[in-house]
Amino acid sequence: MSVDSVFVHKMWNDHELSKMVKGGVPFPMLSDGGGKVGSVYGVYLEDAGVEARGRFLIDPDGIIQGFEVLTPPVGRNVRETIRQIQAFQHVRKSKGSEATPSGWKPGKPSLKPGPGLVGKVWEVWNTKMAFD
Amino acid sequence: MAKEFKAGCARPTGGPVGEKLEKPQGTPQQTPHKEVKKMITVGQKAPDFTAPAYHKGKFVSVQLSEFLGKWVVLCFYPGDFTFV
Repeated sequence: MSVDSVFVHKMWNDHELSKMVKGGVPFPMLSDGGGKVGSVYGVYLEDAGVEARGRFLIDPDGIIQGFEVLTPPVGRNVRETIRQIQAFQHVRKSKGSEATPSGWKPGKPSLKPGPGLVGKVWEVWNTKMAFD
Repeated sequence: MAKEFKAGCARPTGGPVGEKLEKPQGTPQQTPHKEVKKMITVGQKAPDFTAPAYHKGKFVSVQLSEFLGKWVVLCFYPGDFTFV
């Protein structure tokens, strides 16, 4: 979503993005003229008249589980976005009985918070596991 | 003469030039009432919206709540053709 019109979205997709992604952008390119939606989400930069690089993860119940907002010159890390979705999906599947420690990704052990784990995380998790 | 400027990721903008208009005299000073901006909070409902969109060759209208039941990644960015 950006403040550009759908016509500019079409031009950008057809003339540039479709040369990077086969078949063009697979998801809807939303237009937010005047930054009305961006204002509600707190990412509209009034002075510049554009939206910051905001990224919101919304779960199947419509609840915001996480967000990240960057100023324009630095791009996002898509891999990290996907990792976060996988972690939230894992927690959701466990109905909240599991939690994912720092650096978790599918295949790595999760934590089962409870009285027995208090003060014992060091036994099941070490700082190396925060990194790949 | 028009000056060349460096193209960055933010959309270049202009604005009014010159001295600021003087406030009309005699009217009581009014502080413009500005709503306090609230940042989105995690764990809360994502504000619903509709927006026009370009999707696979068509112009369509998209509403966020249509995606209930699915995970959604909602991305904002400064503008089309802005490099990053």
